[in-house]
Order: sequence, then structure tokens, then C-alpha cells
Amino acid sequence: MNEFIKSIQTYFYNTGYMVMVLLQTIIQSPHAWFKRREILEQMYIAGVGSLFVVSIVSVFTGMIMGLNTGLGLRDFGAEGQIGLLLTIVLTREMAPFMTSLILAASVGSSMAAEIGTMKVSEEIDALEVMSIDPIRYLVLPRIIGFSLMVPILCVYSSVLGILGGAIVGTFQLGIDYRSYLQDVFERLTSVPGLKDLYVGIFKGYIFGIIISTISCSQGLQTTQGAIGVGKTTRKAVVLSFLMVIFSGYVLTALFFN
Amino acid sequence: MEDIIIELKNVHKAFGSRKILKGMNLQVRRGETMVILGPSGTGKSVSLKHITGLLEPDSGDCYIFGKKISGAPEKEKSAIRAKMGVLFQSGALINWLTVYENVALPLREHKLANGSDLDKAVMQKLKWLDLIPAKDTLPSDISGGMKKRAGLARALTTNPDIVLYDEPTSGLDPVMSNVINELVIRMKNELGLTSVVVTHDMESAYMIADRISFIYEGQVILCGTVDEIRNSSNPLIQQFIHGKTSGPMILDHS
Repeated sequence: MNEFIKSIQTYFYNTGYMVMVLLQTIIQSPHAWFKRREILEQMYIAGVGSLFVVSIVSVFTGMIMGLNTGLGLRDFGAEGQIGLLLTIVLTREMAPFMTSLILAASVGSSMAAEIGTMKVSEEIDALEVMSIDPIRYLVLPRIIGFSLMVPILCVYSSVLGILGGAIVGTFQLGIDYRSYLQDVFERLTSVPGLKDLYVGIFKGYIFGIIISTISCSQGLQTTQGAIGVGKTTRKAVVLSFLMVIFSGYVLTALFFN
Repeated sequence: MEDIIIELKNVHKAFGSRKILKGMNLQVRRGETMVILGPSGTGKSVSLKHITGLLEPDSGDCYIFGKKISGAPEKEKSAIRAKMGVLFQSGALINWLTVYENVALPLREHKLANGSDLDKAVMQKLKWLDLIPAKDTLPSDISGGMKKRAGLARALTTNPDIVLYDEPTSGLDPVMSNVINELVIRMKNELGLTSVVVTHDMESAYMIADRISFIYEGQVILCGTVDEIRNSSNPLIQQFIHGKTSGPMILDHS
């Protein structure tokens, strides 16, 4: 029973700590301009560093989804609709979702490990003793840089996923690529299509804030040396996954219900 | 009246059920080098963290320059810390910054200097500590002794009145240990710094200390000059300074 109460207390403490880290970052955000170099650096780490894996996953997801839906729709003679379908699914849900999970596993984990290592090797203490706020110095550039890069990667992922669908559509399903691209273009320039795109970008931004806040706050709470860093990293990734899935549902319900 | 600038008054601190400090009292006078000596796990580094305000006592108070740092708001702590430099055990250098950038960090972040003034201040500290050849090197590419010297250079950048050293000679060879010891003495003599040094290195303590506080089980059991410690009849102190495995000391405090 005591263990149960303790785990509930820990849960509330961790949640409170994460909210506090985010609020302190918001309070420190007027200093973002002075941290522009570090923010660009973090955007580079999150963006360029993940470009390869995001590209591969996006193209193949587009191909898998295109092939599956195309073969299913072929029974109804509607395989020509996969361009429209992929555009809706990718821009609205799949691209932000996939990109965020990839980034949580790659960039979020390294963020948590990096800050966690700094915590156990007294670098965070050193910053505090020098009256350098770790939130301003470490967390602010990471949250801003990461949350700005996720939406950009979401759009990039959507484009590649749609291209993956086009490859499958043209070479395996025998769909005319011009009509496929025409469908995509029409959807993206229609009001619902634009809404999908904006919501997808917004989701990416929110997921970016969630992942970077979780990763940084977990890193800052690290104790117990190398074992602690390992635990922190795993916890940051698991929590990020759960929160992305949960908030993804909330946002979808909010915008499309 | 003696000019006391660091004071811990009856400080108690526990981590969970583990009581680390059990009524710690310490007074450090202006310009002296106080060595906090004692076995591992008896609260030396924890005492240092109370002086810096990184830890809050469960009870008791910590005063720096007569101002209470324990329980003070972050702004007041920052003002007190501005007069303090800390050399951490591992150097605690920011690992993606070069030695130069690490030393420049407090000046840059607090906008205390820029351009040629910043360069002059940083180069002066690097020269003092013989770090010019390593100035563009990352902390991962320098030796333990250099890391400590770089950490000390960073601690001195803002021209503090107090420097706290956490085990400055641990993990270093005897020659490098003496280099660090000589630096501590030089900083005191040339800059008039007040120093608190946490160590369990007896040779280092004898070499640099004006006074030594011997800590055991979270309390100062004797505070005195090097000779007073050396000649103490306390069996705990005698066991520690002679490194005997048999005696009244409980060997594992962790």
C-alpha cells in the first residue's frame, strides 16, 4: 500500500515538475533572441540529424499505406482514390505522429541523456553556482528549437509519404501519376485539405513542446549516475510516446469531432 | 572581532532516512584557507553544497558575508553566489564548450564583459593556470589535471572573494596534486581569497590549510590549526591521519 501511495506521489511530483519546467521556459522566452544561435543549433540537431530516418520511414509508410489501401480499393474499382486518401491521412495524422515518435526516440532520448549526464556530473550544479539558470541556458533553446523543427519535419514527412504513395500507385497499381498528383493538389488547395495541413502542423508543434519538455525535465531530475541516466532516457521516451498518443487523440477530437 | 564570512550554524540534513549532517557548525574567517577533512560519506561535500545554497538545510542556517543563504530567494542567492567561485570534483566543465568558452561562460551569460575586455579577462585566467595551449580544446580531450585547472580558471573568472574546492586533488598523480595545491596557495596569497577546501588527502590538507575542520558523522569534532590536528589525542583523528584500518572509526558511512 505504501509503495502504491509513493508511486502516486512520484507521479504527481513528476507531472508538477514538468509543468513547472514548461512554465519557467515560457517566462524565460523573452530571452529567446539572445539564445538564437543555440536555438538554430538545436533545430539543426533535431532536423538535419533526423532527416535520413524521417525520409526512409515516410517514403515507406506512404508506399505501405498506398499499396494496402490501393489493393483494398481495387475490389471496388476505386484505387484511383489513394492520392486523396493518403493526403488526408498523412497531413492530418500520420506525418505528425510518425515524425514525433521518431524524434522522441532519437532526439528526445539524447536530450534527456545529455542533460541527465550533465546533472550527475555536476555541470548543472556548476551552472547554478555561476547563477546561470539551467532553464534559460539549456532548456529554452531545446524546447524552442525542437518545437519549431517538428512541424517542418511533419510537412516534409507528408510530402515524402505522398511521393511514396505515388511510386506504388504508378508502378504497382497502374494509376496515372498525373491524376494522383492532381488529386493531391486539389485536396491540399481545398478548405478541408488546408485545415488538415494546418492541424497537422499545429499537432507537430504541440508534440514538439511535449517531447522536449518531458525530455528536459526528466534529464534535470536524474540521480544515481550512469544507471540514473539510463532510467531517465527510457522514461523520457516512454512518457513522450504515451503523451504524443494521448494528446494526438485529444487534438484530433478537438479539431475534427 | 574576527571577520567571519562563512558560517554554518547547527545544520542538519537528511536524504530520506539517511542523516548526513547532524548539527554541523563551521566558521571561516576572511582570507583563510579552511580545509574540511574527514572520511568519505561524512558530509563534506554536502556541507559545501549548503555553503553554495545548492542544498537547503532541514534545520539550521548558513550565512555568507553575514547574509543568510539558506532559504533565501533565488535572486538573493545569485547576488551572494556572484562573490563565490566553485571548483567541482570533476571540473564540471560544459562538455560542448572549449576550455576558453568555459572560462568565458559566466562573463558572457551575465554580460559582464564582451569583445576585447572579455578576451583579456579570460586570457589572463588561462595564463595564470597555464592553460593557453589547451584553450581551444574540448574538455573530453584534456587530462584530469587540466580539467581541474580549467574549472578553477572558470571559478576565478568573475574575481570572487570566496573559492570553494571540492576534492581538488582527487584522482590526480602526486605531481599534479602538488600543482593544484600550489595554485590554491597562490590564489590565496596573490588574490587574498578565502578558501574552503573539501578533501581527504592529508598531504594536501597539511600543505594548504590555515585551519582544518575534521568532520565525522555529520559534525565537526575538531577545528584547529594543522599542528593542533596533527597532535590531537582524539583517536578518530589519529586513525584517519595515519590511515589505520583498526580503530574507533566506522569505515563505511555509505
